Amino acid sequence: MIRTTLAALCAAVFAPVATAAAADAISPARVERAVAASWRDLPADMQARVDQDETMRLCSQYRNAPPPKVAKAIVAREKKNVAYPADGKFLGDWKKGQASALSGFGGRMGDDPKRANGGNCYACHQLAPTEISYGTLGPSLLGYGKLKGTSEAAQKEVYERIYNGQGTMACSTMPRFGHNGFLTIEQIKDAVAFLLDPDSPVNK
Amino acid sequence: MRTTATMALAVALSIGGGLLDCGGARAQSSPGDDADKTLEKYRAMISDPMSNPGYLAVDAGEALWSMPRGTKNVSLETCDLGEGPGKLDGAYAKMPRYFADTGKVMDAESRILWCMETIQGFDTAAIRKKPFASSGGNPATEIESLVAFVANRSNGHVYAAKMEHPKEREMVALGEALFFRRASVNDFSCQTCHGQEGQRIRLQKLPHFDTPKDAQATMASWPTYRVSQASLRTMQHRLWDCYWQMRMPDVGYTSEVTIALTAYLTKKAEGGKIEVPSIKR
Ligand code: HEC
Ligand code: HEC
Repeated sequence: MIRTTLAALCAAVFAPVATAAAADAISPARVERAVAASWRDLPADMQARVDQDETMRLCSQYRNAPPPKVAKAIVAREKKNVAYPADGKFLGDWKKGQASALSGFGGRMGDDPKRANGGNCYACHQLAPTEISYGTLGPSLLGYGKLKGTSEAAQKEVYERIYNGQGTMACSTMPRFGHNGFLTIEQIKDAVAFLLDPDSPVNK
Repeated sequence: MRTTATMALAVALSIGGGLLDCGGARAQSSPGDDADKTLEKYRAMISDPMSNPGYLAVDAGEALWSMPRGTKNVSLETCDLGEGPGKLDGAYAKMPRYFADTGKVMDAESRILWCMETIQGFDTAAIRKKPFASSGGNPATEIESLVAFVANRSNGHVYAAKMEHPKEREMVALGEALFFRRASVNDFSCQTCHGQEGQRIRLQKLPHFDTPKDAQATMASWPTYRVSQASLRTMQHRLWDCYWQMRMPDVGYTSEVTIALTAYLTKKAEGGKIEVPSIKR
């Protein structure tokens, strides 16, 4: 039951409108041949960005609306991919979390790899009421901490969600920040604090 | 006049936070609306060919097209863009398309380069290595100028890329699959940002290509003069830019991926009336 509801929700949220206008069939191997021809002679770290892992492959194939069985397998696999803070603490510094939420820096060709990547949460989410430059690709997280509370369980849940959202929802739009090594464990703790800390502007 | 108008637009844009989309017909109530209106006003002001700096590239492209050049010292006036040698009017509106002489589906950029190689005897390696002008008011590169000129000669024409040849159909299907292909350190695909109607990233409105008016307004307005980069930009550059945002390595210039995506998006834009170069954020 829960599974069906979740799948229906996934389909409703993510199903592209026009898949019904069926295009000619194209094989995954053909797609990968085109990709290989279009990004050539890359160093290993860059080739790794072009290549897909199993989850990306399945989410692409099912256009982010995998059938329930596939979705379940993705969630199970991604759930295992979460690394936890060594000190067992989930709440970092909300001020640092805020700075990261505002920053779209990092990972783009030409970006200085020595500078910290930004979480860029505002690209997709509304957060603090004072920041009007927010995107709408994700749900509003305005007052999120007031809703969730600051219990250990809430902290852990939010940490896991940011570390690897696909451990909760298969083919989530949200980047798997921790899993992909895009944000560090410390940065994810800061993001949790930005969302949950009662002093954070998100909860004002 | 040209300079003043451009500067006024730049000012309008920086007031708006430089985060706006000027993609046109996408009305939506958002904090960006006031700035959108300001931008609309300045766009109207500079929409005439005398003040859109993109037209400098059109003029340069026209000169490059008709000038005898290359090792064979001939012009591009016999180049066949699909409508017959030297036939330019409306040709861009039917591209990308299949060309029997190469056995490939080609977009305007790859076809012009092919003409430069075969007709004029150019070695295009250097052009392919640096196809885009650096941002910040530098003149358009040769190939950008030529595309601007060729595209401009389809103004008033409606996108009518038929995509009926089996190779064209294959490219459209390939483009569609690529649109959903997630990769790199943020797990993005094109669909992440362009998958739903009326979405924004920060304050920038995002075109949704399954919405015909979005697809038409978008595709029929490239090449465009991008004020934020002070440069004329082509669709090849836009795709490179979106892959850059996706944290992908630089996608190959005129690579199969870029042509397949262009074919897919152009098919979606059928019926859009071409007015280029436009002017955008
Ligand atoms: C590219 C878009 C995108 C970015 C960037 C993004 N998110 Fe999300 N986020 C989403 C979407 C879409 C959802 C809703 C469902 C899903 O896909 O998981 C979501 C869901 C969430 C949720 C769960 C909300 C709930 O239902 O309880 C949290 C918490 C969250 N995001 C936090 C963050 C934080 C913190 C950052 C930055 C470090 C961030 N997001 C960056 C798209 C994004
Ligand atoms: C991380 C977000 C993101 C991703 C992923 C993305 N884009 Fe974009 N795209 C944008 C933004 C932002 C703009 C600029 C909107 C503006 O300024 O008008 C844009 C603009 C465009 C435009 C021009 C729109 C116009 O109105 O002129 C096209 C075409 C386009 N994208 C296609 C693609 C394709 C194809 C892909 C995948 C290869 C892709 N995008 C992936 C964010 C993205």
